[in-house]
Amino acid sequence: MKELLANLTGVYGPSGKEDSIRSAIEKEIKDHVDEIRTDTMGNLIAVKKSTLSGDKPPVRVMTAAHMDQIGLIITNIDENGFLRFSNIGGVSPFNVINRRVVFENGITGTVSYETELENMKDLKLNKMYIDIGAANREEAEKQVSIGDVAVYYAPMAAAGNRYFGCAMDDRAGCAVLVQAIKTIKDSPNELIFVFTVQEEVGLRGAKTSAYSVNPAMAISLDVTLTGDTPKSRPMAVRLGAGPAVKIKDSSLICHPRVKNLMIDRAEEAGIPYQLEVLEAGGTDSGSIHLSREGVPSGVISIPCRYIHSAREMVDKNDLENAVKLLNSILENEIVL
Amino acid sequence: MKEFLAELLDLPGVSGYEEIIARRISDEFSKYCDEVQTDSFYNVYGIKRGTAPKDGSPAPKVMRAAHVDEVALMVRDVTEEGFLRFTNIGGVDQRILLSQEVTIHGREKLFGIISTIPPHIQEDGDSKTAVKMKDMCIDLGLPVEKVKALVRIGDLITFRSPLVSMAGSMVNGKSMDDRASVVMLVEVMKELDRLKYQAEVYATATVQEEVGTRGAIISTYRVEPDIGIAIDVTHGETPDAPRERTYAMNKGIVVAKGPNLHPGLTEKLLETAGEYGIDFQLNITSGPTGTDARSIQISRGGVPTVLVELPLRYMHTTVETLNLDHIKQGARLIALFIASLKEGWQEWLKY
Amino acid sequence: MVEVLKRLTEARGVAGNEDEVREIILELAAQTGAEVSVDRMGNVIARKPGLKTGKKVMLAAHMDEVGFIISYITDSGMLKFHTVGGIDQRLLLSKRVRIGKKGIPGVMGVKAIHLQEKDERNKVIDQKQMVIDIGVHSKEEAQKLVELGDYACFDSNLVVFGDNKVKAKALDDRVGCAVLLELLKDTYDFDLIACFTVQEEIGSRGGEVAAWHLKPDMGIVLEGTACADIPDVPEHMHITKMGRGPAISYMDRSSIADPELFRQMVKTAREHSIPYQLKENIAGGNDAGVIHKSRSGVPTVVVSVPCRYIHSPSSMMDLNDFNNTIRLMKEFLKGCESR
Repeated sequence: MKELLANLTGVYGPSGKEDSIRSAIEKEIKDHVDEIRTDTMGNLIAVKKSTLSGDKPPVRVMTAAHMDQIGLIITNIDENGFLRFSNIGGVSPFNVINRRVVFENGITGTVSYETELENMKDLKLNKMYIDIGAANREEAEKQVSIGDVAVYYAPMAAAGNRYFGCAMDDRAGCAVLVQAIKTIKDSPNELIFVFTVQEEVGLRGAKTSAYSVNPAMAISLDVTLTGDTPKSRPMAVRLGAGPAVKIKDSSLICHPRVKNLMIDRAEEAGIPYQLEVLEAGGTDSGSIHLSREGVPSGVISIPCRYIHSAREMVDKNDLENAVKLLNSILENEIVL
Repeated sequence: MKEFLAELLDLPGVSGYEEIIARRISDEFSKYCDEVQTDSFYNVYGIKRGTAPKDGSPAPKVMRAAHVDEVALMVRDVTEEGFLRFTNIGGVDQRILLSQEVTIHGREKLFGIISTIPPHIQEDGDSKTAVKMKDMCIDLGLPVEKVKALVRIGDLITFRSPLVSMAGSMVNGKSMDDRASVVMLVEVMKELDRLKYQAEVYATATVQEEVGTRGAIISTYRVEPDIGIAIDVTHGETPDAPRERTYAMNKGIVVAKGPNLHPGLTEKLLETAGEYGIDFQLNITSGPTGTDARSIQISRGGVPTVLVELPLRYMHTTVETLNLDHIKQGARLIALFIASLKEGWQEWLKY
Repeated sequence: MVEVLKRLTEARGVAGNEDEVREIILELAAQTGAEVSVDRMGNVIARKPGLKTGKKVMLAAHMDEVGFIISYITDSGMLKFHTVGGIDQRLLLSKRVRIGKKGIPGVMGVKAIHLQEKDERNKVIDQKQMVIDIGVHSKEEAQKLVELGDYACFDSNLVVFGDNKVKAKALDDRVGCAVLLELLKDTYDFDLIACFTVQEEIGSRGGEVAAWHLKPDMGIVLEGTACADIPDVPEHMHITKMGRGPAISYMDRSSIADPELFRQMVKTAREHSIPYQLKENIAGGNDAGVIHKSRSGVPTVVVSVPCRYIHSPSSMMDLNDFNNTIRLMKEFLKGCESR
């Protein structure tokens, strides 16, 4: 798991530019699934067929994790070669100050801000820039263009069972899903695994893939906030206490039957889990559950500290237990 | 009618957890409908089929919608002392919460009180700032072990505030928004039974309106109606709110006008009201409304939609107040409007 | 061409009440030989069937504009209103409007400077406090001219001025409509479907249902987009620059351009030496947001004509940008034939 996570978090893939990360994931899973395809928006869709034979069609279950990560998009290059940028997804000015960032072509830069600013509270992204060491516009334009996107340059590091790195949101979910695909036993359900695009800019890939997959039930895997750091916003989720079964967030109220199914499976299999009530934020299931006539949906959340920073932290046991929980849900016949 | 409303107010139906109230509504619908369906999200559909046009032309499929879900609270955490921390589901003014009686839907139903700090130990000026929801807690009067055994994170909390009759036909209670409109759905069925009509009429009791008209999105997709009629509440006149944004409690139901509503169809609805002497007030809205009409209108290839509203005072509190006469009047108007959809109804939908 | 722009921009068409501009577009689109229809939301669909059967290309421009809706009449006959779409309340004072089907004239006044306290001039008047004056003396008189729910829009004529510039209201997005009407004059080997959408300004509601029932294989949105290349705005916040040609978007708040379409659009401009610019900002959204997410997804790109001072009675555009946008689109569509 550690190696897989280090690999996936190291691959470039901001929203809208998921080609590299899609290839990396495709390589990991293609020998373990029956079908694999990429759709119009770039979602990677993999299928494991049901073991059921006979007239009764199997229950089609969609499992989703998003491949994309947040990023900084160049909107202007000034005459001195500084790059002005805007955000792709939730980028806080304070999280990016003096961070090293990297473009798709490997060019790296440092993020800084207009220091005439008197009050740091007024810091906004339009008062910031990326310095790639170019002397002027011409030199900068040889290396990058308007519309190019940078992501954190932050190789994963480990401290015991805790892993630090960028893009744990949601490569941690991707890693869990990849690991589940590799280890899952045959299932009576038809399993559709979707690695979605453009989650960070509004759950967009999930919307179109849910429409084409047309599942009977869906589960997405994503990271969630914790309330276990000093004077944090109150929240009952702790790092290392097990994957969290989501109750609600701003994008959905998890379907009671899906939620209960998850809890039942976790308890039967003796997998540690927590319950999550998230007061802000959303994830792919928010889009999926409103597709067509409605898709009963739930979420397995991976507790994660410092989300959207270059040092997001997850716990190895939470990841491994999330794989176990997901497999125990998917391997058994689902009756809704 | 009042009894059914009172019964509905007492049933829990928090957004996302509407199964119990859906069952009761399904029972009621089946008394008046040709067919009743419930989907996997507990939207309930009552279908009444009119007499098809003699010339074989297609009859319109009309969907009326009113939402069943209520604003409520949810357990966010259990403190070491056995008190509950909570968050809101749907828009709740934190200032109404202090000292409310609530029901916690844990492993069993529990009575609780939202606690307050006594004035005697407050600092000067404390009473000038509102207490934040995140700092409030619920007291169950139980020892912590018992609380932990009975309550878990994510359990629902509903307000306790049964229906009270006031002067004349005025009533108050919790969840009038939008259970009063659900009652109107049933009243329309009763009215339709007295009329001749051609349409195939769906009454949809929708879920999850308070968290983003989510039930309307999926139910309209399923029904694929030609015409949508959303029913919801709007703001009744009170001294603390601007006159131009509120409606009288005794001057008839409210019909909305604006981009979210189909102009021709709304005109027909108002003509029907005029023809039968049904009083109405106009609510002018400038964008997508905060009602199910918002999602019904843009379902699939578009659904011409109208919106009928009941004036309601003190929305999203435990003392929502409305006039029962409006339910009757609204039901009559909607039924007459549906009955007026005859051959050539498609013309009404043109631009 | 300016005549068409004049007709389009001077027509009233606040979101939800696009009747007047719809009639003009139906007339002009029919003149190009396109099959025209109006869908259930009021979107105008103009279709030029392809010479070969096959792909459907949806071009979208929105007909609606920002404006007002009359919500209440005071006892003295003044009109209270809501804004429809995003309008800076600070620019409303001392503006003329036209109300309802008959175009009743009204003004948004402000108390004379002589009657103001000294510090009042620095205070913004809340739109909720403002009224429209139609020159009547009582509620009854007002009710004879105006009904609740009537829409009002800025009263502003098209003027050609300066160096090939025009001033008009509603350039966002009547300029897109004018581009579409020009493109409809040609026929391609794919189905060209020009969709003049309603209600973009209040959340792309027309575009959403149009994309649903048209089921296009590709979407191109033509917009009049913001341009802030004016004094005191730092260069990196100009968004677009007037006179530098059509702006191609790689991304905005509602969509990320399909990478292949974006590349092809830039390539087309370069190959035919048509001036173009990349939109240097990702603020704002448009119909592409709903089109690209329709059903299983639709590859979509946005091309915009830079317009200064949009969402005001006096927006401004360079006619060269307008003409270059038409050139770029024609070459791009021709290029689509081989693909």
